[in-house]
Amino acid sequence: MAYSEERHSYLDAPYGLKSWLLTKDHKRIAMLYLISITIFFALGGFFAAGIRAELLTPKGDLLTPDLYNKFFSMHGVIMVFFFLVPSIPATLGNFFMPIMIGTKDLAFPRVNLISWYLYVIGGLIGVSVLAMGGIDTGWTFYTPYSTIGSTTNVTFAIVGVFVAGFSSILTGFNFIVTVHRMRAPGMTWFRLPLFVWANYATSLVMILGTPVVAITLVMVAAERSLHLGIFDPKLGGDPVLFQHLFWFYSHPAVYIMILPGMGVMSELVAAMSRKQIFGYSFVAASSLAIAVLGFLVWGHHLFLSSQSIYAGMVFSIITMLVAVPSAVKTFNWAATMYKGSISWESPTYWIIGFMGLFLVGGLTGLFLASMGLDIHMHDTYFVVAHFHYIMVGGAIMAYMGGLHFWWPKMTGKLYNETLAKISAILVFIGFNLTFGPQFIVGYLGMPRRYHTYPDEFQFWNIASTLGAGVLGAGYMLAFIYLVYSIFKGEQASSNPWGAKGLEWTTTSPPPTFNFDKDPIVDEPAYNYNPGGKGVHVGH
Amino acid sequence: MEQQLEASILGMWVFLVTEVMFFGGLFMAYIVYRSWYPDAWAHSSNMLNVPLGALNTGVLICSSLTMVLAVRSAQVGSRMGQVVNLILTIVFGSTFLVVKYFEYREKFEHHLVPGPNWDPHHMVNGVLHPVALPLGSQLYFSLYFMMTGIHAAHMVVGIVLMLIMLRMAWKGRFTPDYYNQLEVSGLYWHFVDIVWIFLFPLLYLLGFNYKG
Amino acid sequence: MSIPFFPPSASTVSTEMDLLYFFIVAVCAFFIVLVVALVVFFAIKYKRKHPDEVGADIHGSLALELLWTAIPFVLSMVMFGWGATLFFKLSRPPADSMEIVVVGKQWMWKIQHPEGVREINELHVPIGVNIRISLGSEDVIHDFFMPAFRVKIDAVPGKITTLWFQATQAGTYHIFCSQYCGTKHSGMVGQVIAMEPQDYAAWLSGGRANGTPVEMGRKLFTDHQCSTCHKEDKSGRGPSLVGVAGNPVQLADGRTVVADDNYLRESIVNSQAKVVQGFQPIMPTFQGQISEENLMQLIAYIKSLKPATGEKK
Repeated sequence: MAYSEERHSYLDAPYGLKSWLLTKDHKRIAMLYLISITIFFALGGFFAAGIRAELLTPKGDLLTPDLYNKFFSMHGVIMVFFFLVPSIPATLGNFFMPIMIGTKDLAFPRVNLISWYLYVIGGLIGVSVLAMGGIDTGWTFYTPYSTIGSTTNVTFAIVGVFVAGFSSILTGFNFIVTVHRMRAPGMTWFRLPLFVWANYATSLVMILGTPVVAITLVMVAAERSLHLGIFDPKLGGDPVLFQHLFWFYSHPAVYIMILPGMGVMSELVAAMSRKQIFGYSFVAASSLAIAVLGFLVWGHHLFLSSQSIYAGMVFSIITMLVAVPSAVKTFNWAATMYKGSISWESPTYWIIGFMGLFLVGGLTGLFLASMGLDIHMHDTYFVVAHFHYIMVGGAIMAYMGGLHFWWPKMTGKLYNETLAKISAILVFIGFNLTFGPQFIVGYLGMPRRYHTYPDEFQFWNIASTLGAGVLGAGYMLAFIYLVYSIFKGEQASSNPWGAKGLEWTTTSPPPTFNFDKDPIVDEPAYNYNPGGKGVHVGH
Repeated sequence: MEQQLEASILGMWVFLVTEVMFFGGLFMAYIVYRSWYPDAWAHSSNMLNVPLGALNTGVLICSSLTMVLAVRSAQVGSRMGQVVNLILTIVFGSTFLVVKYFEYREKFEHHLVPGPNWDPHHMVNGVLHPVALPLGSQLYFSLYFMMTGIHAAHMVVGIVLMLIMLRMAWKGRFTPDYYNQLEVSGLYWHFVDIVWIFLFPLLYLLGFNYKG
Repeated sequence: MSIPFFPPSASTVSTEMDLLYFFIVAVCAFFIVLVVALVVFFAIKYKRKHPDEVGADIHGSLALELLWTAIPFVLSMVMFGWGATLFFKLSRPPADSMEIVVVGKQWMWKIQHPEGVREINELHVPIGVNIRISLGSEDVIHDFFMPAFRVKIDAVPGKITTLWFQATQAGTYHIFCSQYCGTKHSGMVGQVIAMEPQDYAAWLSGGRANGTPVEMGRKLFTDHQCSTCHKEDKSGRGPSLVGVAGNPVQLADGRTVVADDNYLRESIVNSQAKVVQGFQPIMPTFQGQISEENLMQLIAYIKSLKPATGEKK
């Protein structure tokens, strides 16, 4: 493909709104997702702010009980289905999967565009539900409350989630076929960057799990609108069956949310240390192990639901097992840094933040997996703290780290390094202050989804709300300097970090078809010491 | 081209896996409730129209045959073969849906639709059935309508797909070297057929010999 | 403003639960400190010294991989074993437990003592006595949680669930609903008041007892015509219910099941499900006709039907 002297990147050729809205270029679709996901993050954040503001005082003096219940429900639905599940795969995954395996685009570019439109439609349905008063069932839609208790627009919300879920399935399906069929010559499975492994494992979970929550929610909608009672105890139905079906997806869903983040971590740690990832094949295998084991633990959400003790034991033991590959990855990342050449640029701040927070989040899962202890801790703020440490402390930190690391590549611009470091520090401190106290107040006994609480819990709630303010400031700062850099940032070179990986061999930003010449791969990933005699064990 | 065909076929198989998981949720509910209410399950299944169900099964199997023949016609370059077989496939598929309509209507008349229509004594023409349907029967019929209803929705999508394929075949778009979409659509059609092959025994044949 | 760090420890089980908790805290603290310290230490010690520097050529170590797979595995298995044992213990109420019936409905807890005293959102209990709560729900899923005793269990409509505890310290502690149930979920709270036995006895006798669960169950048994078929002299069309509760029952289809609370409940609301051997399936179902509370009173009555002479177990 011949270019004229003035190089055109994917950003400016072709030109015009229509060319963006009808694009088949995975990079443009990634940017479309980036914009829409950011809008939903802000919306979910608004609801979080409402929750934390209300919880400053023990009494329900800011929001009515019904409104508060809607706030936490909308916060959950938006953050899970419209932000976290698509986040890394649909933005960074869409952008970099083809480039990292050395090809022009995903296997099905039009399907990719359709997946974005489905996401937007699902999102618009979600926003209309908001306009119609929102839902108050919690993002978990437990029956019988969601089928016969709630008077809100549950059915319509389910349609929105269903459509967005379909978008997720299409993304996963596209990734799987792409990785199987479109790798460049020489790009064997074990030369793939770990980001690709992570997204591949995620895609397996997406395609197997999402349809189950889809049909489960369809059953809830059918019970609400057509009276086809499947979970109704008066008809002999079992409300706990809903929980089994719901968590069969929603537990693997949390691995959909964290696996790509772990993939980002692998890339960043290797690049910022300029070193081969320690234990590459173990890290790759861990992604797959987490994906598989993740499907076998759903019952740990049901220990106290009247589920059989013996079933509970099976779920408890496998939950312990699924923690092990995560531990393996964490140790491998730390070991990668040993004798590395560690840059103190901003992505490193996000790495260290992730390591600390993900560690706390993952380890606190052990408390809940231990059935006996879960009797006390189930449905308390301890659980809320645990999953926010992983979802926000882990997944969002990884997402931010990845956005920063690949920002020069995607936009061709450099952001302000100093502000980025400040943002990472603010987010780290704010985050710990928000969710650390929730472990304490959870063990004290404060239940989840509580609008009012006993006076003695107030101190920890105030601390948590203050932290939320700092956290929000950190994110807003990042938004500001990142957007600013698009217009006024310094031009980036093709490889500002001096990192290995096919994405750094092309221009910043890349041309529409990614590479000037189709790459041929003849070296392993993270090959920082070509020809060196390394310590090769287990590779 | 080869890579494209392989990618499309892999893609359709991946999609069909998601469909298995989608129907899977309903099958799980069926399995759980059947173990709880074996009597209601057998009794309710007995109320279904086996001859019509069997007819529909035969119709779908024939439609899968004509679908395969349509793909075969593309492979040997017969445009007429593709068109005829696709038309037959659409006819068979539509027959299926028409029969389903009559079945649903009968259920409605017999007050076997859960919700406001439901009557455990399923009064028909002013005549009350002496024995009320046992607890769990409404669950059975909820699942019956959901499973066959979602299956029917997939059939509708399949027929639309076949109409599109028909148009393309008519225009001669499929050659022995390129018939990707036809093959991939065929896979989808066979899948919808196979779901029915599971639904028929589980829903219709289960209670065939029930004596209540 | 008070700054509490830890809930009161007021039951026989809370100490053990807290011990497990601290064990896991210690393990977590160890690994958090270890990894964070290492990562920060490496970041400082191996800080890049010049722009073209790369890291050492190290690929991995099988020995390390096995080590940091095995150690987390072993530790997590300890946590599993300890937790499972604790769970088992908390799922099996001791045989001598005093049974208190609790029914949750939006948005209150209705409580009935065996002596008949009823409470709403308050539960008076004696310390030093094993207490078993039989829990039901009238509408949606709730959860009965007492943090000071470290116990909770979901209240599921259509089922009876159980928890047990023994209070060790007199005092007033929280009751929380711990499963989101709608508008006043956070208002569905109350107090459990643990008292010295003599104080409890005094409170009990001062209360208005309008029929024990057993007495109310007996009345329901007659009102709903159960006694027409379930005659104690075995002459009725239904089996005699004397000595049935808690013992094995031979069913018509050949199975043998234990007549626990949920079996008794099911037999009332879905009588065709488990017909007793030697009897016809002619019992009407009472699905939707009897409230959860009344069901539990009926069950309390049936459990009180013991054979006149000797202990039939």
